[in-house]
Order: sequence, then C-alpha cells, then structure tokens
Amino acid sequence: MTIEGLRDTLSARALPDPDNASRHYWQSAAEGKLVLQRCAACDAYQFYPRAFCVTCGGETEWVEASGRGTLHTYTIIRQNRSEAFVRLSPYVVGIVALDEGVRMMSNIVECELEQLEVGMALEVLLLEAADDVGLPFWRPARAG
Amino acid sequence: MGARDAVIVGIGWSDYPVAPELDAMDHHVLAMQRALADCGLEKSSIDGYATAGTGFQVDDAATMAEYLRINHRWIDGTSVGGSSFEFHVQHAAAAIEAGLCDVLLVTYGSDLLSRMGRRLGTSTFSNGGTRVRGPAQYESPWGNVLAGSYAMAARRHMHEFGTTSEQLAEIAVGVREFARLNPQAQYREPITVDDVLNSRLIADPLHKLDCCVISDGGGAFIMTTSERARDLAKPPVYVLGAAGAQTHWSISQMPDFTTTAAAQCGPEAFRRAGVRPEDVDTIQVYDSFTITVLMLLEDMGFCKKGEGGRFVATGVLRRGGRQPMNTDGGGLSACHPGMRGIFLINEAVRQLRGEGGVAQVPGCEVAVACGSGGFLSCISTVVLGKEGRS
Repeated sequence: MTIEGLRDTLSARALPDPDNASRHYWQSAAEGKLVLQRCAACDAYQFYPRAFCVTCGGETEWVEASGRGTLHTYTIIRQNRSEAFVRLSPYVVGIVALDEGVRMMSNIVECELEQLEVGMALEVLLLEAADDVGLPFWRPARAG
Repeated sequence: MGARDAVIVGIGWSDYPVAPELDAMDHHVLAMQRALADCGLEKSSIDGYATAGTGFQVDDAATMAEYLRINHRWIDGTSVGGSSFEFHVQHAAAAIEAGLCDVLLVTYGSDLLSRMGRRLGTSTFSNGGTRVRGPAQYESPWGNVLAGSYAMAARRHMHEFGTTSEQLAEIAVGVREFARLNPQAQYREPITVDDVLNSRLIADPLHKLDCCVISDGGGAFIMTTSERARDLAKPPVYVLGAAGAQTHWSISQMPDFTTTAAAQCGPEAFRRAGVRPEDVDTIQVYDSFTITVLMLLEDMGFCKKGEGGRFVATGVLRRGGRQPMNTDGGGLSACHPGMRGIFLINEAVRQLRGEGGVAQVPGCEVAVACGSGGFLSCISTVVLGKEGRS
C-alpha cells in the first residue's frame, strides 16, 4: 500500500478523542512530530500519555521521540467484519518497541507480508488524520 | 476446617449453546432457578449477590439485584472480563468466612449469539467518523480485533520459545474430544491437528479452530458455609484457595507478551490451598483461544515457562490423561457466550461431585479453575476440593 493509499484509509478509521493527557500527543503527530512523556524526576519514558508518571508518581514532560523502534510482535488481520476495515484486509497490526523503551500498537505498512519478522527495525510515518490528530504508522527502517 | 469454611452447594446452567427464545435476563433467571433447585435452598435465604456487568446490555450488579429481587447485605459487581466469576469466588469466600453473608448467589447470562451474531472476536467496534475515548484511542485507529490481541501473544510465544501451530492445535483437538461427550456442546464432530491447521487464518498465527465459539448461555452457583451445607441436597465443594491479579487491560499495555498474571495468582492460590499443581485431578482453564490455555498452564506452574507446547502435546490433558482439561468441551467447542468464567466453576464442581457422567474424571478430589479476562489481563485462579483444608 502506498502512502497515498494509506491516506485514503484514514477516513474509514475511528479516530482518538483527545483528552487532557493525550491532546498534545495527537496534536504533535498532526504536525509531523512524534512525542513521548518522560518523567522530570525519574527519567522514565511512558506510553500511553497520562496525567502523571506511572513509575514514580511525579510530573512528566514532553520530549521528541527518535521515531525508531523494532517489531515486538504482530498479527495479520484476515477478518474484520467492521465495514471500515473490510476493504483493508489483510493488514498488519503490530506492537512496536520504540528505542526509548516504550511500546505502542500500530499498523506496519510499506512491508510485504513475507518480509515481516519479529525484531525487524522500523521507522515511524506520521499522517495527519484531522486538524487535531495525527496517526503514527511504522514501516521498515531505511538504511542510514 | 471450620464451621464457616466457604463452600459451593448449588450449580445451574441456563440453556446453551443456542437459545434464541431467551434474552440475557432469562438466562440469569433460569440459571438461578436451576442452581436453587440443585441445592434445595430457598431464594429468600440469599443475602449475598455477585454478577459481572457485560456492557452489552443493562446488567450491572445493582440492576440485576433489583430484577432478581435480592435483598442482599453484601454485593460484588467486579467485572473484569471472562474471569470475573473466579474473582467473585475469591471475594465471596472471604465474605462468607468473615460472616458478612451466609447464602451467596452468583449469576451470569448472555444472549450474545442470538442478539449480536459472531462479531465479538473479529470486529472493530468503532467505525470511521467516530471518536474513541480512553485507552482504546491508542488501539482502535489501527483496526485490531479481539482475536488479533491473542494472536500477537501467540506470535511472541512462538518467537521466544519455538512454540508451533501444531502444538496449539493439540489443545483444540483435546478439548473437542470432551465436547463429543457433551450433548449440548456447540461443535461435536471430531477434529485432528490437520483440521485446525487447515481451517482459515483469522489473525495469524491463529486459525479459526484456535478460536472459541460464540454462544448464548448462562450460569449460576450458590455458596454458603460448611455448617449450612450439612443438610443440603448435594455434597459441598470447598474453596481451598483463590487469588487474582492484573498486569494490564489493553493488549498494547501487556508488560510481557508471554506471561500472564497467572504467574502471580496461580502460585498464590495453590499456596493458600496447600496443594501443588501435580495434586490437581482436573483443570478447567479459560480457552478463549488455544494460546490462552498454553500461557495459563505455564504460568500456574503445570509446566515450565516456554515448555507449554511440549506439555500440551503429551496427552496429560486429554480424556484418560493424568489431568483432564475442560471436560465439558470448553469454550473452544462447547459454549462461550462472552464471559465463560462461570462455566469453569460449575464444571469443576460437577467433576468434584462425581456428576461428570461419561466425562467423569476418576477419583476427582482437587480441581482448579483459572479464568482470563480482557486480553490476558485479569487472571484469577480458584482451587476447589471435595474435602476441606486439612
């Protein structure tokens, strides 16, 4: 699927309803920047965004993420009866382990199904889905 | 042993697996009536109640207590997915032993198949144009489905330990053997490992026959004190030990994709019960998917972490094996109306009473029920015995 093809699917997807903790995350992604919360006191990264640091209970700050990670695990969805995703099947849902040490769910795109492998290097691809929401997708990392 | 030891004295099922004439409330009521008839207690004696709201209909604990007209002095609405009823046993046993109530009813009812069809495992419940709140905002946009969550755990288990699809298929084949003995089971035709592998992929690496069925159904059980149980119709089944734990809710928050909270609550339940996994005569384990079984067995300590694939292929869990598993045909073949946990308890009780019929496990004295709720998230282990703690 090309990036343009991927863009065409965005309207078929349910989008996040940003809340106090997540508003900056989704807004930043819409502006082409992947950000993560890091604790000001204990330096722990966390995902998903919350109103406090889940490790020590302290305050968090936003930092820009490297946009790099590896594929922790994945599945190929062959059947999704929801109208929105019927035409996308089969597609890949994966858990990405970011270099910062947190994990997130996403679609693995621009990748042949045969090429999928646990541990493969990935890079983020941010697509604007609405004024206040950008969605991170992940694709095989390009050399360099 | 004490006079207030918590025991299960009555069990009942509504009609399953397909009951289009019943709605969810009817399932609750029918199961309750049958559990009361099973033990001979009067409805008016019930002073404790628990149920788990499903979110598919208005069936929260307060609504259900009103509908069933139960004047309780203890209530538990813990709703953590399919394992809710194992959590209820833990909470109920403590309440009974503390004297907070004397006769406690737990009910469950679902018309999932007849009202919603087979969408639960393979649908994204939010469509384009909608906005999603809470933790689902980090998953729904990517079109994951329930089966996909378990598939990702299976893929990781395969990666770390070399577990194979053939080994997972062994679980479905063994459970189907028991479904053949249950006239009510949803699917009763014998299957082979090849049948599982040749069934279509739903979410790689899980095939259709790695996934549980979708049914209608309901269940109920009644608990009281060992003293009160003396003059009832059926011999009591003792709660020897129960424990629960949670590691996450959403699958993307699972700390370790190959280990569930059964690694915490399994050993705790066995320690409280004073038994070891090898003392267990029958295992009733949540089989939403074959991988669920494999991970719960490992985590409870029936085999070492990573050796589940080899363990399930030994035949230990089959009919005639040392520790027969899911002797009613399980969720994989017999009945899964959305939250299967109550059936694990009822089947364990049936076996411990010696009422298993053709599926009876010989010399059954200790049974374990292990429920998994959510997405391998909230796990509870209950150890039940024919005799009380010594």
